[in-house]
Amino acid sequence: MGRKNWLVLLGAALFISVFPWLVTPFKAVSHYVDVMVFAGIFSLVSIGLSLLMGYAGQISLAQAAFFGIGAYTSGILTSKFGVNPWIAMPAGMVVCAAVAWLVGMPALRLKGHYLAMATLGFGVIVNIVFAEEVNWTGGPSGMVDIPGLRIAGHKINSEFAWYYLVWGTVFLALIFCFHLLQSRVGRALRAIHEEEKAAESVGVPTARYKVRVFILGAVLAAIAGSLYTHYVTCLNPSSFNLMWSMKFMLMVMVGGMQSLWGALVGTILMTFVGNEWLQVFAELEILVYGMILLVVALFLPGGIVSLPSWRPRRKKPAAVVGDA
Amino acid sequence: MGTDFFQYVVSGLTIGAIYAMVAIGYNIIYSVTEIINFAQGEFVMLGGLFAVFFAGPLHLPLYLAFVCAVALTGCVGLAMDRFVIGQARNTSVLSLIIITIAVSIILKGSAMLWWGKDPYSLPAFSSGGPIKIAGVSIQPQALWIIGICTLVVVGLTLFFRKSIYGKAMLACADNPNAARLAGIPVRYMVFLSFILSAAIGAAAGVIITPVSMMEYDRGALLGLKGFGAAALGGLGQFFGALVAGILLGLAESLCAGYLSSGYKDAVALVLLLLALFLKPEGLFGSSEAAKLKRF
Repeated sequence: MGRKNWLVLLGAALFISVFPWLVTPFKAVSHYVDVMVFAGIFSLVSIGLSLLMGYAGQISLAQAAFFGIGAYTSGILTSKFGVNPWIAMPAGMVVCAAVAWLVGMPALRLKGHYLAMATLGFGVIVNIVFAEEVNWTGGPSGMVDIPGLRIAGHKINSEFAWYYLVWGTVFLALIFCFHLLQSRVGRALRAIHEEEKAAESVGVPTARYKVRVFILGAVLAAIAGSLYTHYVTCLNPSSFNLMWSMKFMLMVMVGGMQSLWGALVGTILMTFVGNEWLQVFAELEILVYGMILLVVALFLPGGIVSLPSWRPRRKKPAAVVGDA
Repeated sequence: MGTDFFQYVVSGLTIGAIYAMVAIGYNIIYSVTEIINFAQGEFVMLGGLFAVFFAGPLHLPLYLAFVCAVALTGCVGLAMDRFVIGQARNTSVLSLIIITIAVSIILKGSAMLWWGKDPYSLPAFSSGGPIKIAGVSIQPQALWIIGICTLVVVGLTLFFRKSIYGKAMLACADNPNAARLAGIPVRYMVFLSFILSAAIGAAAGVIITPVSMMEYDRGALLGLKGFGAAALGGLGQFFGALVAGILLGLAESLCAGYLSSGYKDAVALVLLLLALFLKPEGLFGSSEAAKLKRF
């Protein structure tokens, strides 16, 4: 992990840890702590996606499905079987890892469009299962009465406690991922992104690394799902549908998929946009998301974190799509 | 067994023909540009809702509404290519996927804004009650759907195999630079493929609306199942798309009839995943050609 990253990490950690104390005194923004808890939970999901998109060059539209599998595993185990939430969480991680392995092994042999479609199809199937298995999940009307979290006998019920728990987890995940990227695995992933065939020819087992990153993303999403379950204490299939997979992709794109910081910035920004600032538009929400995604994909492919080094578009002959 | 079974087969053929047409829409753009257009399903939704608009508030006769809806959706396809795909800075597979997904979200959001969240219906193309054959009732609209779908498949196969325009379009996918050297206006062919593909999607949307209504968020699922048919049949294969579409339609309808109606949407998707995992080149595609593709 580079010196620069450590400094940024330290600065970010400092800012995140004082943030609640900055906003609570002001009535109008004091609920931002709650928004930031959601932003932290979503960050865990988008960090995994960012590894896959930005570093391994693969696209997954199943991230909301893994988020949902983690959430429902925790929800069902704790509320129907009385399992301790701290045991249910790793159980969800194991389930997600197993499912991701099963889906990822064949899917990651596919490239580009096929992988996107395969994960898209998988995500929709998982959502249908959530809605149909009424006995287990409560179906479309949802699942309620999920217990909260306890640490050493103390119930975590203040927003502050949740805030620090969630963001502590996010920073642990970040440190883990930065270490991973500095290692052999990270170099292999970058090589895959640059030129898959070249990487393969120098002996990088590309398929194996891609599957591992896919599984890592699913496990991070499972942790997020579990935290989400115990924070909101009720679940509904519509929180894990295709639109959410697209929103996670949007978060990563807006922030910039070349860097994990991009995922973090994009997620915080888009969570505020979605939970706070877009409320006035209500019905227009989908349209605004589509526009943002299009503008970023067309004109700012590096996302927000690439802004400092942004150059105006240079003239080039009209691209023919089949060329690249 | 008996009449029930044949009733399910009839509805499977009907919905299968629709999937086949959606799949053909994917195939056309793919054949010319090697792009998979994730907004293909939205063209189907737009076709249906435009027809509702022309036939309802504007009181056009049904056949005119059909033509207008198809033409207008064709224009949407043209605009998508001209103003979005053509503007892309980065034409990597990843960024093209994201761009077409963005277009699909925008089309869906615009449709919701215009038509709201209610489903709309159209009158059937020909009046008269269902035709009864040995206890199985067949809606005249089902015959329209199957007939139009067959026409489209035969017409397109002839177009791409026999006509000089069709051959020129296919050449663009094989090697755009070589095509340009041979004097083929590649940009123009790409245009044409988007218009054609949007128009065929729209036609599918118009003919299905009298049977199963149409609303703003139907596009994604129709598109995904249509892609299932395209992948199962082998991308770029028009006849394969027809067979695979009908297979998916039959599987879905039989599952809804005998197993569980809640899971009927999952059947086509499970088949899609199986096709991708076990035989990515499709039932009718060649595995050698698949290795040469970009993805």
